[in-house]
Amino acid sequence: MKLFEYMAKGVFTQYGIPVPKGKMVTTPEEAGAAAAEIGPAAIKVQILAGGRGKAGGIRFADDPAGAEAEARQMLGMELHGYTVEKLLVEEKLSIDGELYLAVTVDSSAKKPLIMASASGGVNIEEVPEGQIIKRHVDVPWGMRPYIGRDLARRLGLEGGLARQFADIAVKLYKVFESTDAEMAEINPLVISGDRLIAADGRLNIDDEALFRQPDLPRTSEATPLEAKVREIGLSYVELDGDIAVMANGAGITMATIDVLARYGGKAMNFLDAGGGAAVEPMAQAMGVLVSTNPKAILVNIFGGITRCDDVAKAIIHVKKNQGIPVPLVVRLVGTNEEEGVELLRQEGIQAYRSMDEAAARVVELARGGGN
Amino acid sequence: MAVLLDEKVRVVVQGITGNQGSFHTGQMLEYGTRIVAGVSPGREGQEVHGVPVYDTVEQAVELHGATASILFVPAPFTADAAFEAIDAGIKLVVAITEHVPLKDALEVTAFARSRGATVIGPNTFGIISPGKSKIGIMPNHIYKPGPVGIVARSGTLSYEIAAGLTDAGYGQTTVVGMGGDRVVGVSFIEMLQAFEKDPDTKAVVLVGEIGGTAEEEAAEYIKDMSKPVVAYLAGKEAPPGKRMGHAGAIIERGRGTYESKVKALSAAGAAVAELPWQVAEHVKEILG
Repeated sequence: MKLFEYMAKGVFTQYGIPVPKGKMVTTPEEAGAAAAEIGPAAIKVQILAGGRGKAGGIRFADDPAGAEAEARQMLGMELHGYTVEKLLVEEKLSIDGELYLAVTVDSSAKKPLIMASASGGVNIEEVPEGQIIKRHVDVPWGMRPYIGRDLARRLGLEGGLARQFADIAVKLYKVFESTDAEMAEINPLVISGDRLIAADGRLNIDDEALFRQPDLPRTSEATPLEAKVREIGLSYVELDGDIAVMANGAGITMATIDVLARYGGKAMNFLDAGGGAAVEPMAQAMGVLVSTNPKAILVNIFGGITRCDDVAKAIIHVKKNQGIPVPLVVRLVGTNEEEGVELLRQEGIQAYRSMDEAAARVVELARGGGN
Repeated sequence: MAVLLDEKVRVVVQGITGNQGSFHTGQMLEYGTRIVAGVSPGREGQEVHGVPVYDTVEQAVELHGATASILFVPAPFTADAAFEAIDAGIKLVVAITEHVPLKDALEVTAFARSRGATVIGPNTFGIISPGKSKIGIMPNHIYKPGPVGIVARSGTLSYEIAAGLTDAGYGQTTVVGMGGDRVVGVSFIEMLQAFEKDPDTKAVVLVGEIGGTAEEEAAEYIKDMSKPVVAYLAGKEAPPGKRMGHAGAIIERGRGTYESKVKALSAAGAAVAELPWQVAEHVKEILG
């Protein structure tokens, strides 16, 4: 779960990381009022994506009237597929330098990784590898102050700035650790006179840990249907083709989409029914698939923890209660295969054994071929 | 020979009285896995499929000599169960559970490293050495003993590929699921090293997917391997930025793309199959 910049900065503030004076607003009038309080202001769209500056999502105003006028233009604009509903009005900083600081997880080392650079302010991916300082942190012992001091020295910082940087690094790690973050990032960490200020902030929280983060604010990027299936406890993603796909497991789901493409078909959405879901939630989620009016449906199950008879029961449940008005192709193998295939046979549904044949068949049916 | 698991390994099932724990204990016993005990706090004295249940892993180790553990424990409690197992001296922990928090996975892998234990998963189907034993949830009938080692990120996709190999007449030494999460215990490289050393493994199949850099890192090791490697990667058609289920399966910032993985693996000398069932064809070309 990504947090908006203003939410991330709210968390940073709780942990003592300095951020610019600012206020989140949702109307032009509020923007004007905020600027009256703050003075010359930066007005920044709040969306769950980066790259705002280049796209016109950050503007400046010297007085409240200007801030209100800018806000009027910015609210409601479309940016990277998002509609702007919130703005952050912040004190405009005088900038003497821009640093980069982030904590994330290095999957290869299986450790948190701190990254710092004196070349902040731009996309860190574009900064040459040699200009980024990286240090792993050992989980049992955590972030120690000397690591912050070492980073500051290697960035060439001195005196008060070095002390502030070391302190912010320790605090950012604390944010990362305490909020179950996947990534905590300050870019840029602005040098403004003799102060360091987190001018921008990103905080991405591990979805799987939200249950123990009740105090964090919530955001969602899911479409209404995606959110509905997620509530059932399964994973559903919308794509842009015309064949609905239900498979079990992320890998086989992706492979199914690849194989469909091979035969000239395109997935409209997919439902990952993996993880040993019970019949009832599986049927509910499958009902959502049917309701999206695909040209055809492909169910591709290789049962492990998912039992084929449960999948068959879910399909039959949907067929009887909701009806399946489009061609349905089922491929069913694995745990309790015989029972599942037999249940489907009694309902007049033939199950395929091969993914290849099932994919070819569903593409043909989606095109209006076959019978 | 097989890697990590053979018929002698004594297994304890943590969470044995739950729905999945009980069902798969039955499946594992049927396959011949030597399950010596189950653990379910507060259920000591019960039996599941004739397997005695205890409150703690320590009892399973002391009374039955368990050295491996499989976890069917809900995600919020998985890390605790893994710590308990490793602390009790278990050397191979297989964590089936999905949706385990990232921080918990970091802590478990750090603890395992300090105690010299091997963790498979979380979010894995487990490990099977066909004809000998299995610790996991994979279907029993799709494998047979033979010369191919398989290491996969994804469960069902590896079933697809193992079944394809079995149908084509190529059995397996050992099949390992690393797990689909961003931080998992064993990595491709550790498994490739094990297969490289195993005299019975004549070829290795790597089943990867988009996202992360595990396949690119594996390619670095494959360069130096004497044994042939066949790879299949899922996610060629996945739209950028969409979360496809596995936490690892996110394409972001130009890294971990299908193209970069194919390029790295091909350059390392691995044969990259375009479709799942072509893996068996490549293995046939190599082993004859």
